[in-house]
Amino acid sequence: MSAQFLQFLLAGLTVGAIYALVALGFSIIYNASHVINFAQGEFVMIGGMTTVSFTAIGWPLPLAIAVAVLAAALVGLALEKFAVEPARGASVVTLIIITIGASILLRGLATIVWDKNIHAVAAFSGEAPIRFGGATLVPQSLWVMGITLVIVLLLTWFFGRTLIGKALLATSHNRLAAQLVGISVRKVLLASFGLSAALGAVAGILVAPITFTSWDVGVMLGLKGFAAAILGGLGSGAGAVLGGLLLGLIEAMGAGYVSSAYKDVIAFVIILAVLFFMPSGLLGKRSTDRV
Amino acid sequence: MRSKSLLAAVFAVWFGVALAQEPIKIGSFLAVTGPAAFLGDPELKTLELYVEKLNKAGGVLGRKLQLVSYDSAGDAEKARTFAKRLIEQDKVDVIIGGSTTGETMAVVPLVEQAGVPFISLAGAVVIVEPVKKWVFKTPHTDRMACERIFLDMRGRNIHRIGLISGSGGFDKSMRGQCLNVASTYQVQIVADETYGGGDTDMTAQLTKIKNTAGVQAVLNAGFGQGPAIVTKNFRQLGINVPLYQSHGVASKEYIKLSGGAAEGVRLPAAAMVLGDKLPVGDKQRAVAISYIKDYEARYKQDISTFGGHAWDGLMIAVDAMKRAKSTDKAKVRDAIESTKGFVGLDGVFNMSPTDHMGLDLTYFRMLEVRNGDWALVQ
Repeated sequence: MSAQFLQFLLAGLTVGAIYALVALGFSIIYNASHVINFAQGEFVMIGGMTTVSFTAIGWPLPLAIAVAVLAAALVGLALEKFAVEPARGASVVTLIIITIGASILLRGLATIVWDKNIHAVAAFSGEAPIRFGGATLVPQSLWVMGITLVIVLLLTWFFGRTLIGKALLATSHNRLAAQLVGISVRKVLLASFGLSAALGAVAGILVAPITFTSWDVGVMLGLKGFAAAILGGLGSGAGAVLGGLLLGLIEAMGAGYVSSAYKDVIAFVIILAVLFFMPSGLLGKRSTDRV
Repeated sequence: MRSKSLLAAVFAVWFGVALAQEPIKIGSFLAVTGPAAFLGDPELKTLELYVEKLNKAGGVLGRKLQLVSYDSAGDAEKARTFAKRLIEQDKVDVIIGGSTTGETMAVVPLVEQAGVPFISLAGAVVIVEPVKKWVFKTPHTDRMACERIFLDMRGRNIHRIGLISGSGGFDKSMRGQCLNVASTYQVQIVADETYGGGDTDMTAQLTKIKNTAGVQAVLNAGFGQGPAIVTKNFRQLGINVPLYQSHGVASKEYIKLSGGAAEGVRLPAAAMVLGDKLPVGDKQRAVAISYIKDYEARYKQDISTFGGHAWDGLMIAVDAMKRAKSTDKAKVRDAIESTKGFVGLDGVFNMSPTDHMGLDLTYFRMLEVRNGDWALVQ
């Protein structure tokens, strides 16, 4: 395997892991409510910026990270409680537009709470590059990939083995049936928003030492995470992870072998291609309608 | 009849006095927040500090100065809107602003049509070439940055380089200029990569440059967060050749964002960042030391070359008004155009009808990052 190919592969896997986390956030909320939460990117931003604030006042990094994830989860819960729940009878399109409005609000609040400048976050374990096979990796990339793997395994356990996780899954399969067996759909919705927000925040914190963070990182990351979720199949957890990694790899290979100037275009061309030819994505369920 | 002429006389005197008390309005639109905040923030602080100082010393032509400034956040659309407001509503006498090339170029048609002298604080050579009647600028152009860098490269026997640039107005302009002038300095650009404005990973582009045979140095033509990421990726990939940046990142902010990765990076910049490290006979030493002392005392922050651009713009405008003995826009414009031997923070300015920038390469120094701070390369 040539060193160049390996370098692109590593870059693709690192950014792909981030897309996977964001895509998981989209899928979890979509599963619980059929709503696409376009404020998902903002949770990523809140995670990174909150960490910046708390490390700036001197808190140790692990504590700042814990607080940042908690803060993002609270924002997610607040979003569900005050923006989505009051409109629960409305059509899905209305709810989606509400989340778009929420994302704009959150971005505006971010410029007031913080500022419009670019901020750096310290890498978790230093910046000394690791070399192997002719390619190099920063330690932070290993953190990104490692923690994403841990989270994916945790989520698999959560959805497969715990009652709350099973309740979330049940609601996604058939809402009415879930209500009939006593699952509180409202609580499920709340939990899904909180969980997605936490996932987004973790993604934002993991990637901030590599890419810096600012009030508007959520826009691009949210859109690309959404593209990844569509690629893998909206609603499928495995699809989200697969879609994220695939998108990251395609982007890195495209930038490396085709043209670096059009890197962003790749994600959006993928959305179009998937929607045209394979709307349910790679691993999504084929939906059928009874006529 | 006598009372009427008396009334008229009183009226005329009162009107004349009122006019004389009218403050001189200096209009400004700067990227105080947003991705170019490290340009606009020191620029605004400099303008505010020195308008205050000039007013304390009695103002200009017996009138106080009034600074009217807006935050265009690096957005050309907003810049255009604010410039329109400055010209039509605030009715300013001169405009000093335009932190970025994109914002400046958006405003050029407005000032040309309205006939308001405009001193830009942005980098690209396209601002003054072709010469526009009402548009001037103080920072060194991107072409000069290329030339200064190529001069340094020639001195180190570097003849084959890789070029990496962003997609912003300044980036594209500087890349074009470097491609044009490279051969004059016996430099060959053997790799040419680009990245997007919001890109967060340039390892793909840098890997391609690294794998191009015979690359002796890499030049990053850009500004903003892109160069900081390029610098970090550069160290991560272990590319062992010298890295050059543009004067667009001549600020401590760049060193901070890049962390330790910026060690050894060279870039061209105005001498003022060195302050008292400048040799004693240097023409700019006195103004540089005085500016640094005032700015750091007031704001408790490191200076940057961008604040220097703003100082030069303001002082040249004020000097022009004094020479023209009026604030009439056409007269001030003529006076700015005939600025000669003005010792500024960017260099010694000599403007002319064909040169609305007034600086040559002499005062553009080569700096290197050592121990997280600037050092002069002799």
